[in-house]
Amino acid sequence: MSTLLEVDGVSVSFDGFRAINNLSIQIGEPELRAVIGPNGAGKTTFMDIITGKTKPDEGRVTWGDRNISLLGMSESEIAMEGIGRKFQKPTVFEDQTVRENLAMALHNPRGPFAVLFYKKTQEGAKRIKEIATEIGLSDSLTRRAGELSHGQKQWLEIGMLLAQDPRLLLVDEPAAGMTTAERELTTDLLKRAAKTRAVVVVEHDMEFVRRLDCKVTVLHEGSVLAEGSLDHVTADQTVIDVYLGRQ
Amino acid sequence: MPRVLILLALLLGFSPAAQAQELQTLLQPHAQEVAKPGRRTVGTVLDDLASSGIPQVATFLEEWQDKSVWQSPEGLFFIADEDGDNLILTDIDSGVETTAPSDGFTQLKPNGGVRRVIGTALVQFQLMDPDLNRRTTAVASIARRPEASQLAPLLGSIDGEEDPTLKARKIQLANFLSASFAEEPTDRIAAISSLSTDVSVEARAVLNQILTTRPALAEELPTDVNVARVLNPGEDMSLDAAYELLVADDLAAPRTDADTIKAALASNIINGRVGDVPVAQLGTTANRNRAYAQLAHSGTVPPLVTDTDRDAALAKFTFFEIYDEADTAITDAATTALASVETRVAVGQSADLALDALSLASIYFLAAIGLAITFGVMGVINMAHGEFIMMGAYTGYVVQLFIPSYTASIIIALPLAFAVTFAAGVAMERLVIRHLYHRPLETLLATFGISIALQQLAKNIFGTQARPLTSPAWLDGAWVFNDVVQISYIRIAIFVLAVIFLFLILFVLKRTRLGLEVRAVTQNPGMAASMGINPDRINMLTFGLGSGIAGIAGVAIGLYAKVTSEMGADYIVQSFMTVVVGGVGNVWGTLAGASLIGFLQKGIEWLNPSNTLAAQTYMILFIILFIQFRPKGIVALKGRAAAD
Amino acid sequence: MNKSFLMRNPSTLWFLLGLSLFTIVVTILSDAGLGVMSTSFVKTLGKTLCLCLIAVAMDVVWGYCGILSLGHFAFFGIGGYAVGMWLMYARTEGIVLDSLATQTIPPTAQEVTDAIGNQIFGVVGSSEFPMIWAFSDSLFLQLLMVVLVPGLLALVFGWLAFRSRVTGVYLSILTQAMTLALSLYLFQNDSGLRGNNGLSGLQNIPGFENTPQSTISLAFFYASASAVALGYVLFAWVTSGKMGSVIKAIRDNESRVRFLGYHVESYKLFVFTITAVVAAIAGALYYPQAGIINPAEIAPIASIYLAVWVAIGGRGRLYGAVIGAAFVSLLSSWFTGGGAPAIPLGFYTIQWTDWWLVLLGLSFVAVTLYAPKGIGGLFDYLVRKPS
Repeated sequence: MSTLLEVDGVSVSFDGFRAINNLSIQIGEPELRAVIGPNGAGKTTFMDIITGKTKPDEGRVTWGDRNISLLGMSESEIAMEGIGRKFQKPTVFEDQTVRENLAMALHNPRGPFAVLFYKKTQEGAKRIKEIATEIGLSDSLTRRAGELSHGQKQWLEIGMLLAQDPRLLLVDEPAAGMTTAERELTTDLLKRAAKTRAVVVVEHDMEFVRRLDCKVTVLHEGSVLAEGSLDHVTADQTVIDVYLGRQ
Repeated sequence: MPRVLILLALLLGFSPAAQAQELQTLLQPHAQEVAKPGRRTVGTVLDDLASSGIPQVATFLEEWQDKSVWQSPEGLFFIADEDGDNLILTDIDSGVETTAPSDGFTQLKPNGGVRRVIGTALVQFQLMDPDLNRRTTAVASIARRPEASQLAPLLGSIDGEEDPTLKARKIQLANFLSASFAEEPTDRIAAISSLSTDVSVEARAVLNQILTTRPALAEELPTDVNVARVLNPGEDMSLDAAYELLVADDLAAPRTDADTIKAALASNIINGRVGDVPVAQLGTTANRNRAYAQLAHSGTVPPLVTDTDRDAALAKFTFFEIYDEADTAITDAATTALASVETRVAVGQSADLALDALSLASIYFLAAIGLAITFGVMGVINMAHGEFIMMGAYTGYVVQLFIPSYTASIIIALPLAFAVTFAAGVAMERLVIRHLYHRPLETLLATFGISIALQQLAKNIFGTQARPLTSPAWLDGAWVFNDVVQISYIRIAIFVLAVIFLFLILFVLKRTRLGLEVRAVTQNPGMAASMGINPDRINMLTFGLGSGIAGIAGVAIGLYAKVTSEMGADYIVQSFMTVVVGGVGNVWGTLAGASLIGFLQKGIEWLNPSNTLAAQTYMILFIILFIQFRPKGIVALKGRAAAD
Repeated sequence: MNKSFLMRNPSTLWFLLGLSLFTIVVTILSDAGLGVMSTSFVKTLGKTLCLCLIAVAMDVVWGYCGILSLGHFAFFGIGGYAVGMWLMYARTEGIVLDSLATQTIPPTAQEVTDAIGNQIFGVVGSSEFPMIWAFSDSLFLQLLMVVLVPGLLALVFGWLAFRSRVTGVYLSILTQAMTLALSLYLFQNDSGLRGNNGLSGLQNIPGFENTPQSTISLAFFYASASAVALGYVLFAWVTSGKMGSVIKAIRDNESRVRFLGYHVESYKLFVFTITAVVAAIAGALYYPQAGIINPAEIAPIASIYLAVWVAIGGRGRLYGAVIGAAFVSLLSSWFTGGGAPAIPLGFYTIQWTDWWLVLLGLSFVAVTLYAPKGIGGLFDYLVRKPS
């Protein structure tokens, strides 16, 4: 397992409030990692920094075998480097069909002219079919995404991430609002995806994290509080204080 | 000059006893001189008249100068008007009118020289007249047409002047006259130097008058004239203009212009050719010149002065400007004084510009703050905001139709305009905007629909011509520092209004329950609602407040600009710019935006005064570029709140 | 843009069919056929087609890509000015050459230029040709200007605006500011484009002085119809397939598209520029039919009306834009031209010349509130009803 992403000593503040404070995390490839933490621990900001939405005040974010810096790259460049992100709220394009949603995410040239003269290919169609099967939407390819249920939208979004063929998947609270059955499917989906790539899951739900059965990083006040297996971190006194002691 | 001084002395010392005398009796011994006055002889008459102290003298002198005095066959003098064959005679003492046939009467026609002497004596009378208005008129007429001869009477009248304002004016004017006309150069230089602190237009005119120049030329630069500067043809003046000077002095042959060449060629066509050039080939300058040269060679036309000839002729001469004033010391003093005046004028102009910019910024602030509130709190762009401004202005107009007192009408119009536009804003929020939340672009378009409807409605009700909104008399006029720096009271009033509103809005937002709720709804509507705040009510009130302020801005703008149905449209884009440049959702941001745009617009107008359209164009371009570097405006929200 | 594309988009095919039918009907009714349709009405229809074309462009940039541009009428105007410069120059040159030909001596090139300059710029107290008229003697170069100037302006403006992530109402205001700046600039006498006089006499086409206006109007009508057809097919092609998918996605959630790896700014710039160019072409066809162009045509209000047409016709569907532009602009000229009967209320008579704008404004509010899909939404209703 080689290091894919290295976040080193990153800090960022908003109006004097330090959202991320000297944060350092390493993600390997392939790896499944869960990031947990109470509200305001900096989980979303952490993702914002990796995907280029927020520029940190200090620190380094290096990526890949060539150790390139992600700071200073735009969101789309970072996405093209192979980092996919799923947002907390499912954001699929509701006016378009499931097939169109997936086709847009397929790993193809992204320039406007390449897209304008894009021709549908056999392998593209095959790949869409594969992913649709993977996320359980193979019967819904021609449906408008807006008609899907909440859970299906979440899966479609994960499917869009898979279609991008990323090396690192950042997934923000995938289980929110899902039924128990849907959760099980989602965990399986993520675990399968993590066989060939790095997957980082931000989650509140301990049960869901337990099911993922992976290394867990606990964030608190913008830095890493503890790291290790779920049992290890839940036994940690500081973690217990953070989660329970503040009541 | 001495005679005038004597006259002056006599005038100052006239006694009441002398007034008992009659003018006619006084004139009779001098009848000969009065009837046929010469420049030399008229002096004695004027001296006697002046010393008499008779009040009718001034009128008599005016009429005399006007050629309206006639002499009767008996030798008596009358002021007379011709009426056909008759004369309407006015007794010079009693003013009684009679009519008599004009036979035997002779009109007195003093010549130009005499009239001038009379005029100077008259000035004397007018400057000393007991009536303040007549004295003021006399001083003003000297200021309009200053002459050397007026200096002494003016100086003489200063000591006796009782009115302090007029006295100061007389001293100033005497100073101007001394600078131009005093006999001793030292007096002139002293007067000129004293002008170096005077920024009035008059003082600058006096100095510029002293420094007038005319172009001249010579083979060598002369040493005996007062040369202002040497002119290099081609740099300080065009080569052709320099050559024109040579031609005017008969030092060179006139140039043949293109039209003359063409005419000469046209009248010398022989067998379809001019010289050896076929007519069809005369469509180029080179061929035309060649044909003309041939004509010139044969002596048919004067030779062509080519550019080379012109340059050679110019090379023989030096061109320069000489001062009309011969004394170097005086022109030097005037140059120094003028430079100092111009520095002061520049400083004054900057101050004036700053005041102008400040008042423009106040207007933009008033126009934009309502928009900023609704935009900032609700994220709603109200394209009808300009029409609310218009509505406020028309409210003011309608109030003035019913209330004749301008002061009272304005006092009533301000709150009424607020009420009217507040109600309009609330109605619009309830009927339209409430249904379009979270669709900002559609709100923009719907409010635009309201904007065109309101504009046309105003046109239908009030017509297309501008309606007056008259400000009270105490707001007329301007606060004048000097000729350069002044600001009209109405602009000061608008500035004061803007300041009041700045603090009022800050107070409402920061210190009242409503303000607290508004801020809560701005930051987190969901949370605010769960705390028992009704976001609908807050939005409605906010929108009403923003619209109400637009109404008040309308009254203010209507006071100094015309009230038309399109007045809102004139301010809407600037208001948007103000909000966007300043930063959304912040009163201070709007203030910063208004100041930036006001000062910028005035600054650009100052750099390019002839063209206010260009100023607006450049300002908008600047704003477009500004947005590139600060997309969130001057006062930007930071952090997660600004992320969406 | 092959046959299969049209086959896959039957609505485009229907549109082209309808447009052809319309062209044939107009030809039959015009002076070329039965002669029951006046030349000025043919011109009105030709102009309306140009407005439909710019409405289609507006629909792509707003309805599909979500950029509410209040600047596209400025591009329309620039196109008109660019072609107007050639029309005015060439026509004045003809007149000047005719009048100089009577002189005994042939004129020099400078004399001809001066005389043309005097004719064109005398009205703003000048006779010098400004720099921007450098290519006005060449039809080809001016036609190139029709495309290049608005294209470059849109490219530069769009690049500046999109790269600093100006979106939503901010962007609308910024485009409105651009339009205002341009129209204010053109209002100046020393803008080089005759200030508020604008360019006139554009209906006289140099080289066709002896052709009757009825023929010219029909020629321009055909040209406008062809332009609408081409523009419609072009935009139908752009908005279909993957490109359409991406730009609609940008409209709905810009940042999500960015995280998919698309460089959103390039797409917006592409759409903004290409629609600007089409808008300019529409303008270049419109103003020779209108005969005159002046800066008031470019005022921000015109671009807002454009948005109104598209909104009333129905955003996000190309035929909606065409219907909206044609419907509202024809209705508007019917009402303002005194065609609509006045309504006597006893105490007051509603004259539509006065009340049309009130009606338009309010119906616009109503459409935004109650029929966000516009007239085009009716089609959905009709099409879906059987199912």
